[in-house]
Amino acid sequence: MSEQTLTLDDHEHHEHGPAKGLLRWVFTTNHKDIGTLYLIFSLTMFFIGGMMAMVIRAELFQPGLQLVEPGFFNQMTTMHGLIMVFGAVMPGFVGLANWQIPLMVGAPDMALPRMNNWSFWILPFAFTMLLSTLFMDGGAPDFGWTFYAPLSTTYAPPSVTFFIFAIHMMGISSIMGAMNIIVTLFNMRAPGMSLMQMPMFAWSWLITAFLLVAVMPVLAAVVTMMLMDIHFATSFFSAAGGGDPVLFQHIFWFFGHPEVYIMILPAFGVVSQILPTFSRKPLFGYHSMVYALIAIAILSFVVWAHHMFTVGMPIGGQLFFMYSTMLIAVPTGVKIFNWVATMFKGSLSFETPMLFAVAFVVLFTIGGFSGIMLAIAPIDFQYQDTYFVVAHFHYVLVPGAVFGIVAGVYYWLPKWCGKMYDESLGKTHFWLSFIGLNLTFFPMHFVGLAGMPRRIPDYSLQFADFNMMASMGAFLFGASQLVFVYLVIKAIRSGEKAAQVPWESAEGLEWTLPTPLPYHTFTTPPVFESKL
Amino acid sequence: MNLKTPKGLTVLVVFMFGFGFMLVPLYDVFCEITGLNGKTNGQYQGEITPAGSEKGRQVTLQFVVNKNDNLPWEFEPNQTEMTLAVGERRETTYRVTNTYKTAAIAQAVPSVSPAEAAEYLNKIECFCFEQQPLEAGEHKDMPLVFFVDPKLPAHINKLTLSYTLFDITNSKKPASDPHKVKKVVN
Amino acid sequence: MRRFLHQLSITLAFFIPGSVYAAMEMNMPRGVTDTSHIIYDLHMLILWICVAIGVVVFGVMFWSIFYHRKSQGAEASQFHESTTVEVIWTVIPFLILIAMAIPSTSVLIDMYDSSDSDIDIQVTGYQWKWQYKYLGEDINFFSSLITPKEEIANEQAKNTNYLLEVDNELVLPINKKVRFLFTSNDVIHAWWMPDLAIKKDAIPGFINESWTRINEVGTYRGQCAELCGKNHGFMPIVVKAVTQYDYDIWVEEQQAAAIAKAAESEQEWTMDDLVAKGETVYQKNCAACHMVDGSGLPPAFPALNGSDVVLGDIETHMHMMYYGVPGSAMAAYGKQLSAVDLAAVITYKRNAWDNNTGEVISPADMQAYIDKQ
Repeated sequence: MSEQTLTLDDHEHHEHGPAKGLLRWVFTTNHKDIGTLYLIFSLTMFFIGGMMAMVIRAELFQPGLQLVEPGFFNQMTTMHGLIMVFGAVMPGFVGLANWQIPLMVGAPDMALPRMNNWSFWILPFAFTMLLSTLFMDGGAPDFGWTFYAPLSTTYAPPSVTFFIFAIHMMGISSIMGAMNIIVTLFNMRAPGMSLMQMPMFAWSWLITAFLLVAVMPVLAAVVTMMLMDIHFATSFFSAAGGGDPVLFQHIFWFFGHPEVYIMILPAFGVVSQILPTFSRKPLFGYHSMVYALIAIAILSFVVWAHHMFTVGMPIGGQLFFMYSTMLIAVPTGVKIFNWVATMFKGSLSFETPMLFAVAFVVLFTIGGFSGIMLAIAPIDFQYQDTYFVVAHFHYVLVPGAVFGIVAGVYYWLPKWCGKMYDESLGKTHFWLSFIGLNLTFFPMHFVGLAGMPRRIPDYSLQFADFNMMASMGAFLFGASQLVFVYLVIKAIRSGEKAAQVPWESAEGLEWTLPTPLPYHTFTTPPVFESKL
Repeated sequence: MNLKTPKGLTVLVVFMFGFGFMLVPLYDVFCEITGLNGKTNGQYQGEITPAGSEKGRQVTLQFVVNKNDNLPWEFEPNQTEMTLAVGERRETTYRVTNTYKTAAIAQAVPSVSPAEAAEYLNKIECFCFEQQPLEAGEHKDMPLVFFVDPKLPAHINKLTLSYTLFDITNSKKPASDPHKVKKVVN
Repeated sequence: MRRFLHQLSITLAFFIPGSVYAAMEMNMPRGVTDTSHIIYDLHMLILWICVAIGVVVFGVMFWSIFYHRKSQGAEASQFHESTTVEVIWTVIPFLILIAMAIPSTSVLIDMYDSSDSDIDIQVTGYQWKWQYKYLGEDINFFSSLITPKEEIANEQAKNTNYLLEVDNELVLPINKKVRFLFTSNDVIHAWWMPDLAIKKDAIPGFINESWTRINEVGTYRGQCAELCGKNHGFMPIVVKAVTQYDYDIWVEEQQAAAIAKAAESEQEWTMDDLVAKGETVYQKNCAACHMVDGSGLPPAFPALNGSDVVLGDIETHMHMMYYGVPGSAMAAYGKQLSAVDLAAVITYKRNAWDNNTGEVISPADMQAYIDKQ
């Protein structure tokens, strides 16, 4: 492409803005459009996965089998996990990254816009394939989102092959998305912005993207081995041919533990943007926040076997993974302390994004505490695979990852669509979600400790009351998300016009742009001046 | 456009995909060193280590069997327990009967408990090194020749050797040594 | 509707302090072994450390939330770093973690020492039941759920031990070191007994071990803790801890029972007796897959009602029951069920639902078939 056409293209876009009609969304290479697509996709998946959670909670409302067969129940827990992890949380963060990273580092777009288009458009196909397994003979995958062999190989329903291809496609999409973010952050920052001056959200995504590039191929490798075991008579995970089912767990969790941080680090970034704005005070300890992110990322590669304390590891391995896991509490603690210090002696106000961010810090910390308890190998024998674990990871994923995304959407929505959302609806959404999720997940700690295993469709009587509470909380939480959808639609259609900087004392390049946002921004790089 | 970063990242992706597969042999090495999972070593090639100061130390060895996937065959150790001295070469047999009306191939998979002891139980000859083809109704006594390394940690005085019998008639494997099969795959 | 109101009142009662539900289990059981006591204490220790840290962190946070509000006229300071405090709050957690690691390590080392056991038991996980083999004792039995289908389907009131009751309990003497060897017949299961603080995976092809020494006589209940397929939630574990004296009696009974069982097939059976016995055998072993009404869950689990095998040649049917169907979920029951049970369940299947063959397969017929094998 010659210099001349480049300028011409640029010129044309300025004149006409986005293409009209549906094809705009199919062929778009604009980071804002792709960000929107990702977020809509994520929300859709959040509701589909949420419906499955409702089925699970409805079945668990009372002891006894009421609504679904145990086999279908397993399909629901499996699909709920897969869809929430790969369909809702990860694309949600990629959506935020697509919207915000170019705006925050002063780039005109993502570095590889066409690849950006592909990485999004793979997803609908991947998830259509995954969801279609529900209608296949033998049903959808029913072996849990961790798909341990041999339940997921020798004993799997025939739909497992489609599941494997769906995972491959999601992996390719994530890898391309992550590469794009790294290249953008390395090459397209505004002149004068060094890496150590990037906004925290950009930093958190840079680390996350590296984790993605490093571990998604490992996931691809492990599902490829499964595929070979199922169809090509290899024996990676079958003892009969010299393999080992435990090997599956090692490789899976080598991917799986960094994956857990992939789902939380961007939320750290979002919260690190929001807390200073509404505390009217700079983020405390920017440098240590960055180092803590890096430390967490590196440690995440050496803790995987803490998910497998009961498989019968030699004691040396058990101790190593226990110590390394406990070590993660140090950088995570630094982050929490720094957030609290950011709020300390600030001038706080509690608009909806701040409410979600504060709830994030409190509830994520609770999830962190149960995490420390789970790290202690000898007591983990009593927690492993119980509802205590379910409570733990939902505390870090729902008020963690999901609140992180939602907080980010509230925070940046006025900039994206040029309209303000309805603040009282936002607060309603927050409080209903907050009550709903605590009612759902807090009692799970108790039933877990008292002895209820996870992934069971029916339970003995002593768990009945807490389960009913959890189910009612879940229905409340699920229903309150409809408020969010209504709020977003209302804001876009009839919201008040937003100011250029809707939040007092919000910092960052994205707020230097006019509202409503033009289709193309930063076509000439902005001048970046460090505040530090 | 600076293509160095995307190129580097692509290399990283390809490397990590390969690394996923590399974890398979790495895991084997790791298992052999640590006795993880009670996996035993392959055929013992060297001389039997004679007992030094350990001479006269007795350990109990239990033989247990399992049949995978409800395999209806008869499969029992002919001796369920023995007491032996460390460094002593011993022999025992397992009786197997194919109760199918067709010929079949079986593979026995060994595992030792406590896992820590696995690397000290050395098999000189074992039916688990080979696939076992059996005619319909055929039965045979399969030999196991072994010794316990005198370096066995002092606190271990009882070992359990388990064999799980798998019917592998329908999964056509090229090699017979289970440890080799995996390497062929790679 | 009435049931819903009843449930609602239970739920509301929960929120009223001092209600009857105050005694509801919400913590880890302290258990009945020394190990489980140590684990419980360690759990409580870590919990309180976490609570203490939480009080400090959330205390500072809520202090800020209440007193540093803009609406209260708070002015924001502009400090944004302090190497000293950052070093402090890196080092202090580190020290706390070391304090946690020391007791954890010693418990773990103790748990790994399975030497000098008095009794060795091989525990095998099956989809979806457990098998216990007492090594050196010639005692070997399956243990599966006996909660009636009607209770699970809400057609009957649920009993206290709903889903936590089995036909054959694992009987163990107290004050003896019992070593468990775990393995599996199919997928990965996990044997979990909260009161003994044991949870270990049962992995096909490999054995894992663990040990316990129970201090108190009693019946303890647990469940499979690793997703193992459709009926993962329906394979409980029950341990009955008894005195050495009672244990010895039990061992003798088991050995006598094995002899009696062999004699059973000699006895004459009427069709009604066989069908009645067959029905219980069916509920326990077959109904999970083939369904109570024999309709199965095709394609994985074929229907038995009107099935070609069930209505066809008796010997083929016996063969399938005895050997299972290799490569499918159909297990070989030849070694799991006695000749009487096999005869009864075959008779039942051939006369239940719409299968009115009127055929009777006597235990003697079945024994004859078995002897031929």
